[in-house]
Amino acid sequence: MFRRASEAGARVSLSVDGTPIAASAGDSVAAALLAAGITVCRTTPVSGAPRAPYCMMGICFECLVTIDGVGSRQACLTRVRDGMRVETQQGKREAGR
Amino acid sequence: MSAIRDRYDLAVIGAGPAGLAAATTAAGLGLDTALFDEQPAPGGQIYRAITETPLGERSVLGEDYWHGTTLVEPFRQSGAQYVPGATVWSVTREGEIGVSVAGAARLLRARHVILATGALERPFPIPGWTLPGVMTCGAAQILLKSSGLVAKGKVVLAGSGPLLWLIAAQYLRAGAEIAALLDTTPAANWTAALPHLPCFLASSYLAKGLTLIREVRRRIPVIGRVMSLAAIGRERVEGVAYRAFGDSERRIPADTLLLHQGVVPNINLSSAIGCAHRWDAAQLCFRPEVDDWGMSSLDGIAIAGDGAGISGALAAEQRGHLAGLDAARRLDKLDEEARDRAAAPHAAALARAERGRRFLDLLYRPAEGFRLPAPETLACRCEEVTARQVLDAIALGVQGPNQLKSFLRCGMGPCQGRLCGLTITELIAKARGLSPDVVGYYRLRPPVKPITLAELAALPHGEAAEKAVVRG
Amino acid sequence: MPFPPRFAAERVICGSAPPLMPSPDVIVIGGGLHGCSAALHLARRGVAVRVLEKDYSGRHASGVNAGGVRRLGRHYAEIPLSVASMELWHRIRDLVDDDCGFESHGQVKVAENETELELLARRVAEVRALGFTHEELIDRQALREVLPAVAEHCTGAIYCRADGAANPYRTTLAFRRAAGRAGADIVEGVRVTAVRREGAGWRVETANGTAHRAAVIVNCAGAWADRVAAGLGESAPIIPSAFMLMISNRLEPFIKPVVGAAGRPLSFKQFANGTVLIGGGYKGTLDRDANWTELDFRGLAESARTVWDLFPAMRGSQIVRAWAGIEARMPDDIPVIGPSATQDGAFHAFGFSGHGFQLGPISGAIIAELVTTGRTNLPIEPFRISRFAAAG
Repeated sequence: MFRRASEAGARVSLSVDGTPIAASAGDSVAAALLAAGITVCRTTPVSGAPRAPYCMMGICFECLVTIDGVGSRQACLTRVRDGMRVETQQGKREAGR
Repeated sequence: MSAIRDRYDLAVIGAGPAGLAAATTAAGLGLDTALFDEQPAPGGQIYRAITETPLGERSVLGEDYWHGTTLVEPFRQSGAQYVPGATVWSVTREGEIGVSVAGAARLLRARHVILATGALERPFPIPGWTLPGVMTCGAAQILLKSSGLVAKGKVVLAGSGPLLWLIAAQYLRAGAEIAALLDTTPAANWTAALPHLPCFLASSYLAKGLTLIREVRRRIPVIGRVMSLAAIGRERVEGVAYRAFGDSERRIPADTLLLHQGVVPNINLSSAIGCAHRWDAAQLCFRPEVDDWGMSSLDGIAIAGDGAGISGALAAEQRGHLAGLDAARRLDKLDEEARDRAAAPHAAALARAERGRRFLDLLYRPAEGFRLPAPETLACRCEEVTARQVLDAIALGVQGPNQLKSFLRCGMGPCQGRLCGLTITELIAKARGLSPDVVGYYRLRPPVKPITLAELAALPHGEAAEKAVVRG
Repeated sequence: MPFPPRFAAERVICGSAPPLMPSPDVIVIGGGLHGCSAALHLARRGVAVRVLEKDYSGRHASGVNAGGVRRLGRHYAEIPLSVASMELWHRIRDLVDDDCGFESHGQVKVAENETELELLARRVAEVRALGFTHEELIDRQALREVLPAVAEHCTGAIYCRADGAANPYRTTLAFRRAAGRAGADIVEGVRVTAVRREGAGWRVETANGTAHRAAVIVNCAGAWADRVAAGLGESAPIIPSAFMLMISNRLEPFIKPVVGAAGRPLSFKQFANGTVLIGGGYKGTLDRDANWTELDFRGLAESARTVWDLFPAMRGSQIVRAWAGIEARMPDDIPVIGPSATQDGAFHAFGFSGHGFQLGPISGAIIAELVTTGRTNLPIEPFRISRFAAAG
């Protein structure tokens, strides 16, 4: 539930759980998710509760997503890249992926 | 970008105002310096995206933010090596640094280390604080600065402190719809802060503060003396319930709730190294013990900026210069006299920057009711431990933060206590009638941020490892 | 928001809380697992016992070890004690009114090649020859049934199916509380500085200026036990060690038993919450007097490589935390358990690093037997402290 208050930079295309979204060069993955209206980025390994970015500065570890096959990455510390594959994390991270 | 080397004279960690200033000064005096920072661009949090923000219209973010540009060019000219996208996960008292860049971990050595990792937002454990759509004011600022993003729909701001008013003003200038600002500043704080008013009146904060507050109050409902808050919703935040002094509980719809009740030093790295820390009863946080030059209790480790104690961006910049000067003296680039002469203007600027802060600290001291969660509220977000579970464990004889950590797993999640440490310490302090200084804090160890098994396995073999093995 | 402080009715003794018993019969120095186990067993025999712990129960080795509850791979001298202790573990709730997080899914020691498997086979044969049947040799196929996630190259293993693991801090706390409920005083935050003869008994002095008196003292002071022993005129060449451990993020369950490796140091287990604990023989450095340990990431890297080789499923995991506790072992890798060789009314149980957690329940029972009857049924001769006395 975020909108751009200024002109976006160069367009970057990435996918989230298989669905393509548009982002702006310079966005963090977390910002791109929020701009695309994706409100939940993971469910917790303890109770399966929905979570989303909270601090945007690498402190809270709520924005954990799988990026290009590597799990539990902090989306707020990772810049978007064309062709990036993002997957939201459901519950426990599966061993071996 | 040049390759990271194995040895440096000085490693600075954090590219906010303190880190930029320290690295610039030290490199300028001839120290072989590297500045490591997690973000892809310099500025830390307060000057986030200063070199690349899409918000060209200066009036949205305000002139205090744009001051950050004066730090970047001198740094780039200084000869210091800049290493962005670098997560430092370990620093030892001997100056061995473990750092990961682009998924690869390595160890390197520095003769002197300046930590400039800054502050983080104080936890704000209200019911529903883990719901999607609840974020810190700092998070909203970062989205605005880095990506020009503004929350859509109804936005509610809640909490206490100058940043709350700043983001409110910035949001209004960017065209956001703010339904209300719920001010949790206790009325009693005015009385406590009053003796320090003269200094505040003489400082630069007064004029800026009043202008901001007036700008915001003109345009949105501001409810003061708010005594309870809750985020309501199932899968995400849908409303905010609150009760102001002398009023009954009210509820307002919200699509985004932005929380802020001050910032506290980020002590995870300084703590893991073994620097001494103490409880600051005025700022209600733990801070490392440092001298006037930022030197910690451990030789070779200095701490500059908000990471040593909250004083704001301008003070952080000056403390960075002082730490850089001291590093140069310790590594024999300057004698004491030359250091002190060079330090004089920075010390004067520091004094000016700190004037009036005591008033702000006291005025915006967060209420106990918002530092200590209600029983069913989560105290530890990562491991989903409620305040009730913590209190029950204390009653069973689990008496300290480290025992609680082992018993309940609070503090064992990936954030390593950054969002629960203060809450847990204060819960114990209150339950046992002890000062937080006596209760202590989580024992923090490296890695201060998670590293992958792959990165760790790829660290170079060392002879130390061979000697340390006991076959069993 | 109103804040209700809550205190349960249960009596908790910590630091300078409720008044201490007037004159204990026994003072136990060290309130870790072995100290609290001794206190529990003594208190159950009606002995008035006080434990003096310099930090808090579980602060050091007891609370931060790998939690392995094993008979597998024991030094032959330890096997009878370990077998007896395992019986207590399987009834741990009866002993301390808490299950301690004990889960029994077996322990496996894996061979990575034929040579290692032969060594394991020889070991199993020797153990069986001694009359013990808890170690079984399993072949490549049986190994995969028990440990499907283990790497292809592993050739077989020793398997102890009734071994397992527990939560070390929770266990130590359970023993501490059970000892308290049985009547023992557990005093934390009090460091013993000297032990002196006073008539037929002892005067135990502490860093906060208090003195405690009892007829009998028990030295369970872990990595500081040599200092207590020295006060009795005995040599105890402990080797303080800071074995490093690390823990992963939460992963889907993929392994049940606890795993070790024949050819390289490893202790590997997955908890019910999905996190995986990785330990082994790599050490950090320590400062006993500062309660400080320093991790050595080169050693942790070796552990990481071992896990990488043995469990490919772990290759995407993260290490979330690492630590090293302050422990102590003896030069011959078996503990000191038994009466003082130089003084009446003094007993020892220390030097357990790497092999002490599982022995916790039985070591206290042995001490209690020794203190009250002068003898024990279990063969403790190999653990006598006099084996370190200077010759001649």
